[in-house]
Amino acid sequence: MVENKTVRLDRVIVRFAGDSGDGMQLTGDRFTWESAANGNDLSTLPDFPAEIRAPQGTLPGVSAFQIHFAAHDIFTPGDSPDVLVAMNPAALMASLPLLKPGAEIIVNTDEFTKRNLTKIGLTASPLDDGTLANFSVHPVGLTSLTVEALAGFDLGKKDAERAKNMFALGLLSWLYHRDLAATENFLGEKFARKPEILKANIAALHAGYNYGDTTEDFVVRYEVAPAPMPTGTYRNISGNLALSYGLITAARQAGIPLFLGSYPITPASDILHELSRHKNFNVTTFQAEDEIAGIGAALGAAYGGALGVTTTSGPGLALKSETIGLAVALEVPLLVVDVQRGGPSTGLPTKTEQADLLQALYGRNGESPVAVIAPKSPADCFDAAIEAARIAITYRTPVLLLSDGYLANGQEPWRIPDLDTVPAIDPAFADGPNGEDGEFLPFLRDPHTLARPWAIPGTPGLAHRIGGIEKADRTGNISYDPDNHDTMVRLRQAKIDGIDVPDLEVDDPTGDAELLVIGWGSTFGPITAGVRRVRKEGKKVAQAHLRHLSPMPRNTGEVLRSYRKVLVPEMNLGQLALLLRGRYLVDAVGFNQVRGLPFNAPQMQDVINEMLEEVR
Amino acid sequence: MTEIPLKAKDFKSDQEVRWCPGCGDYAILAAVQSFLPELGRTPDDIVFVSGIGCSSRFPYYLSTYGLHSIHGRAPAIATGLSVTRPDLDVWVVTGDGDALSIGGNHLIHALRRNVDMTILLFNNRIYGLTKGQYSPTSEPGKITKSTPAGSVDRPFNPVSLALGAEATFVARTIDSDRGHLIDVLRAAAEHEGTALVEIYQNCNIFNDGAFDLVKNPQSRDEALIRLVAGEPITFGDRRVVRDADGHLQVADAGEPVVHDPTDLELAFALSRLSGSELDHTPIGIFRQVSEPTYDAGVQQQVDDSATEADLRALLTGPDPWAVS
Repeated sequence: MVENKTVRLDRVIVRFAGDSGDGMQLTGDRFTWESAANGNDLSTLPDFPAEIRAPQGTLPGVSAFQIHFAAHDIFTPGDSPDVLVAMNPAALMASLPLLKPGAEIIVNTDEFTKRNLTKIGLTASPLDDGTLANFSVHPVGLTSLTVEALAGFDLGKKDAERAKNMFALGLLSWLYHRDLAATENFLGEKFARKPEILKANIAALHAGYNYGDTTEDFVVRYEVAPAPMPTGTYRNISGNLALSYGLITAARQAGIPLFLGSYPITPASDILHELSRHKNFNVTTFQAEDEIAGIGAALGAAYGGALGVTTTSGPGLALKSETIGLAVALEVPLLVVDVQRGGPSTGLPTKTEQADLLQALYGRNGESPVAVIAPKSPADCFDAAIEAARIAITYRTPVLLLSDGYLANGQEPWRIPDLDTVPAIDPAFADGPNGEDGEFLPFLRDPHTLARPWAIPGTPGLAHRIGGIEKADRTGNISYDPDNHDTMVRLRQAKIDGIDVPDLEVDDPTGDAELLVIGWGSTFGPITAGVRRVRKEGKKVAQAHLRHLSPMPRNTGEVLRSYRKVLVPEMNLGQLALLLRGRYLVDAVGFNQVRGLPFNAPQMQDVINEMLEEVR
Repeated sequence: MTEIPLKAKDFKSDQEVRWCPGCGDYAILAAVQSFLPELGRTPDDIVFVSGIGCSSRFPYYLSTYGLHSIHGRAPAIATGLSVTRPDLDVWVVTGDGDALSIGGNHLIHALRRNVDMTILLFNNRIYGLTKGQYSPTSEPGKITKSTPAGSVDRPFNPVSLALGAEATFVARTIDSDRGHLIDVLRAAAEHEGTALVEIYQNCNIFNDGAFDLVKNPQSRDEALIRLVAGEPITFGDRRVVRDADGHLQVADAGEPVVHDPTDLELAFALSRLSGSELDHTPIGIFRQVSEPTYDAGVQQQVDDSATEADLRALLTGPDPWAVS
């Protein structure tokens, strides 16, 4: 046995890459949990194709999972991996351009057959032809070693080979001093009904760990110390999970049932899956016949007094437009969650983008204002969902919650909130007549919020008729009167404009930066990381992030106008920049990318530096 | 204190009815208003949801809760309401364009799920509110504003369609036959699950006389077949019999088929006796069977989820760690 020395690192980026069927997402997920249990701050990026099983061994079939873990707080899944685990030639070649020079590559040599090389157009093996000269390569027969380790099990060759991802995970766990117990527990639950498969996976996991211990190929092990974090109880959470929990919590804080009407669509479906498991929290999920029925049923439930929610992605949001318009006209609380993906049309179903902002704000007929909120990180999806529900219920309005594919599937540590600190939401159902003559006026507004009564069917004495046709102010009766329509259009807008949202906070440590970087949604991580790097260079830059896109914070214009230059990085072609320019008459400059991937820190650093050059 | 039974006038709203004079919708409205007291519920516990079209203005004229929604979507909206509020009596009012064209998908899925609601489908075989285009129930060759050379569409038979979706209650009635209409409404309202009632309704502006064959005293005895459960199916001097192959046909003699609303095949065969030409048109209840409702199934799952609703435990998950 070799005595390995242990090197302490501040942060590491690992990328697992393999075939769609190789279990890379699971492997990455488990390694993430191990890193979290180790106390590291972390951020992850699953990167997989839309096809369930793309042709084996091909470049389009590569499924990858990247994790960045550190001994300090971090904001992105990292730019260039330090370590690559490559399960086949396609995974190696697809990931190679991303790697840091000198990166370590653990490569499954068993898959470098002539046939597999041909599939990606290679005649010589990159393991032998000098392609990897600048990297530190660890050739490991992951498949054959796994099969050997499982020789004593009652398993077919295929099933034995399938456990190679656990072998790889075991090896990585050894390399980073990780404890295997949690993964063993996880496997125990996953394969509870398949004892032989369970034993085999655990055996493969240990075989990988022991391989690291005995082989002489790895002379160094690494350790990444826990990151200092505020006291509390933590867990790992993805955006879709946090969002689901936020919805359950919001309904509970409002004391009303949660109803989700939804149609399966990537990358939003996990919210439907998750909520369908929690009926004991007074949650009803309805898998509708289409996107329109999903929101229709949610609207019907909201009309009846539930927290009505529909979840979707861009193409589904397009189909829901007319019903959102109806909810605007009816003025009922309704939550519409759009987990954005690359568009237009089917676009890039499994990749991230934030190009639905204008659709969310304006994608309906007529003057049809809604509130729009965007979470900034996976864990923030919890708070954003509660905030969205608060606004929907308080103001009797549809609220669009704009998550995205990166937030949905990315994970980070989450400090579990103290539920006693989550404020209650008062549904304030109407319970009696509100008119001067003892009549009920369904469109008589609260003078402060401009919200109308939420008078749910079954309430004695409040039966009323409303619909999508323009309604008379106060009575809600059909009205085609020109002045009334003008009044109602302005009232609906004024109600949204008047929503109580916190002021925009600016992070400007010296108070005299000349450049402001402002973003929204999931770009918070990379922008923050980029800003931090620029400041480390001794330069001044201010940062602000918009959570409320409609209405925008009241001080937004004032903030923007107090900087000489405003930079707006977005994963679209400049949608927020268009709004800021149009609304506040500032020369906001966009930095735009639509590659289906989040920005990374060096990229943000570069673009901020370029802008700083201009300021000078 | 004795409760005074409600009357038809208690179900009238204060809104002026704005259908064209002579429209068949007036007769249906009057029949529904006079029937609603029979439910024994106050207007506060009843909800009428509608889509878009002439028929969909219906909720404004009732004193119940009413939701006039968007084109074709009423069954979807009513599904969300019905599932979350089993205490309410939920009705949908729709038309042939609303239910069978733009909203066809929602209709068939509500029917197959057996959501607890009553759907009144006013079929006038024309688009009224958009001023006279052919509808998905218009007869082939129909000349309208959008089909000056005649429609080449093949129409839906709403009853066949509903039976194809295995709806648990399917009936047909006629706006002008108040007694029959109310009898069908009563059975539909009592039904647990989705009840679909097709109501032949005259549009006197754009499709006047569409149903004269089954309405006029001169012709109706020859054309109209009144279905009554357990009774032989006869009309005028004629009857419905099975031929040697077991197929239904209209005959002058022979053993008449006895109507059985629990027999799906029979119901479908009856719905095929006549196409859009109406020459042999059954009315009444085609199918009436008791099946579990969607609402009850959903509620059962909520009741069965015995796990304690411990939100703190849910948020904490299986693998938390503490930072102190």
